[in-house]
Amino acid sequence: MQDLLYFSQQLINGLTIGSAYALIAIGYTMVYGIIGMINFAHGEIYMIGAYTALIAITGLTALGLAWLPLILIVALLCAMIVSSSMGWAVERVAYRPVRGRHRLIPLISAIGMSIFLQNYVHLAQGSRNIGFPALIEGGFNFSADGAFEMSLSYMQITIFVTTLVCMTALSLFISRSRTGRACRAVSQDLGMASLLGIDTNRIISATFIIGASLAAVAGLLLGMYYGSIDPLFGFIAGLKAFTAAVLGGIGSIPGAMLGGLILGVSESMTSGYLSGEYKDVVSFGLLILILLFKPTGLLGKPEVEKI
Amino acid sequence: MAANNYRHALFCAIVTLIISFPILGFNLEAKGVNIELTGAKTSTIVAVILAAVAVFVFQAYRDSFMGLLGKLPKLNPLADKEPMEQSKRVKLESWVLTGIVVLALFWPFVVSRGSVDLATLVLIYIMLALGLNVVVGLAGLLDLGYVAFYAVGAYTFALLSQYTGISFWMALPIGALLAGLTGMILGFPVLRLRGDYLAIVTLGFGEIIRILLNNWTTLTGGPNGIGGIPEPTLFGMEFGRRIKEEGNTSFHETFGIAYSGEHKVIFLYLIALVLAVITALIIRRFMRMPVGRAWEALREDEIAARSLGLSRTAVKLSAFTIGAFFAGFAGTVFASKQGFISPESFVFLESAIILAIVVLGGMGSQLGVILAAIAVTILPELAREFSEYRMLIFGAAMVLMMVWRPQGLLPMRRIHITLNKQG
Repeated sequence: MQDLLYFSQQLINGLTIGSAYALIAIGYTMVYGIIGMINFAHGEIYMIGAYTALIAITGLTALGLAWLPLILIVALLCAMIVSSSMGWAVERVAYRPVRGRHRLIPLISAIGMSIFLQNYVHLAQGSRNIGFPALIEGGFNFSADGAFEMSLSYMQITIFVTTLVCMTALSLFISRSRTGRACRAVSQDLGMASLLGIDTNRIISATFIIGASLAAVAGLLLGMYYGSIDPLFGFIAGLKAFTAAVLGGIGSIPGAMLGGLILGVSESMTSGYLSGEYKDVVSFGLLILILLFKPTGLLGKPEVEKI
Repeated sequence: MAANNYRHALFCAIVTLIISFPILGFNLEAKGVNIELTGAKTSTIVAVILAAVAVFVFQAYRDSFMGLLGKLPKLNPLADKEPMEQSKRVKLESWVLTGIVVLALFWPFVVSRGSVDLATLVLIYIMLALGLNVVVGLAGLLDLGYVAFYAVGAYTFALLSQYTGISFWMALPIGALLAGLTGMILGFPVLRLRGDYLAIVTLGFGEIIRILLNNWTTLTGGPNGIGGIPEPTLFGMEFGRRIKEEGNTSFHETFGIAYSGEHKVIFLYLIALVLAVITALIIRRFMRMPVGRAWEALREDEIAARSLGLSRTAVKLSAFTIGAFFAGFAGTVFASKQGFISPESFVFLESAIILAIVVLGGMGSQLGVILAAIAVTILPELAREFSEYRMLIFGAAMVLMMVWRPQGLLPMRRIHITLNKQG
């Protein structure tokens, strides 16, 4: 019983982190699906979302606002607006001019952008990590005989519910709306879609905006969950989310969700049963193994290289 | 059209405000357990607003600005000149390189100790950048974990000297060979991957090595690093005031001169110089050998190269191994120069700096890479007050280079023959 409780605790922790990874991974997978480049700066956009949310929360609290849901919703909106503007601007400045060139050129441009954004926040807000107030406290506790308590915090429930809402909204958007249909068309064949009268530039911008807003949601959630943020915390999270996207099959949206959950669970199992220090090694190792043996991921379609 | 322009310009200006105002305009400050929000300085806010206005003006009159820019290249006196003749250019490049080396030989005897120390660091970066140039510039394999091989070289020397008391000269080939071997072992499985996947895998590998170094406390000392790494000796002559190892003599006693701390610094500098020159020469040879041509062929068109009978794995593996080998070289020199190493020195940022050097210098061009390494290492030292902006500028420079001049400042020119124009 004790072991089972411990195991379920790790499972819950893993699913929590994993669903947040999935939110970030959507940004990678959608961009890759449409223009075939790795948006290396995506982790930084997530970090900027977390910073904006913290700034909004602190500002609103200082103004005397006390009703928690309102604070959270306003902070979330601020973070989404700033992140998606950032995503749009990054695409315009760093990616659009190099689109269609040799594969490495957009990638190097993206790495440059990532370094730039990291240092932008570093210079503006300092390099020390800043505590993120735990606004949602408390939770349910389960215990067998009082020795080990399994807990499911309200914060974790919030993360699950928010992720679920975002993913459902995204799926509906992609499958039902006009822009969503255009997104699917562009990801199938950019040239053909543009011949059929779809404004591909607008669709690509839209992809960046959607990915960035979901990353901002993840930024707020994970910032609150971890309890502190710093300018570098987007880098590792971005790599993890990229791993999740590759694991699920890059370019596939359900794949990103699945990949995020698998990665989160395997990570928390490592820290629960082995050692917390090696959880990054496990996720990078997982990434390397997948790329070596199944580069298309779990749900991805094989890519045919045409001459 | 004009109204449309203004609308777009207004939109861009608003986006500029949105992305800069919240982050730059407010400062988060931790006061005990609480966080306080303070407004930024007025100058910052004015700067943000000015930036938005600048974006508005640029976007609104974009067409006329672009028209002006199109005329600008005519101001460049070299733009209309015919490119230099091939043989002349090669000769000029060799003369420039020789000139740099000769200058570098006399340099340490006239400047201060601090400058020589910095120059040694520049030389280490030159070695690293030349090695990465083989992988990224010539073979077209984006390696984001290059610093891992640098770490292998440095840690090999540090650990061997700690456990077996090995000297610098023994460690140099061992460190380089081990780094090359690591490159080969890593490269063997991953080189099948497509370009951007390869970049991410090497990045993951670099992080894994760093995490291992950080956590394998019993062997590597973890975050505390390893100290007491010996300095190089000259034919058994030590450069310290007192002899540390039995059987060695000391440099100042042998030659009957007064002891000076500068001797050691200059000696290290000269070793780094010799090794950097060797690196450059060997890679220069490689570039002209069939294997060098094969690297470039595979970079340009993999399918065509393979259909001509090149083995993809062998060619890529050779580039990867040679790049790693020289990183190990540089790592050993670095460990000896610092006397102390820790995983702090081998973070991803270091890989990014080396990559930035290669990109700025012009992928594949040796002279360009050397000049870029000098500029990138020395400029932040000259402008100390801007040194915190160093990485910000690097990032921006990488983006701008990719957008405007992906071939780099001094692009590589392939040896080619042009037919004389008829008529």
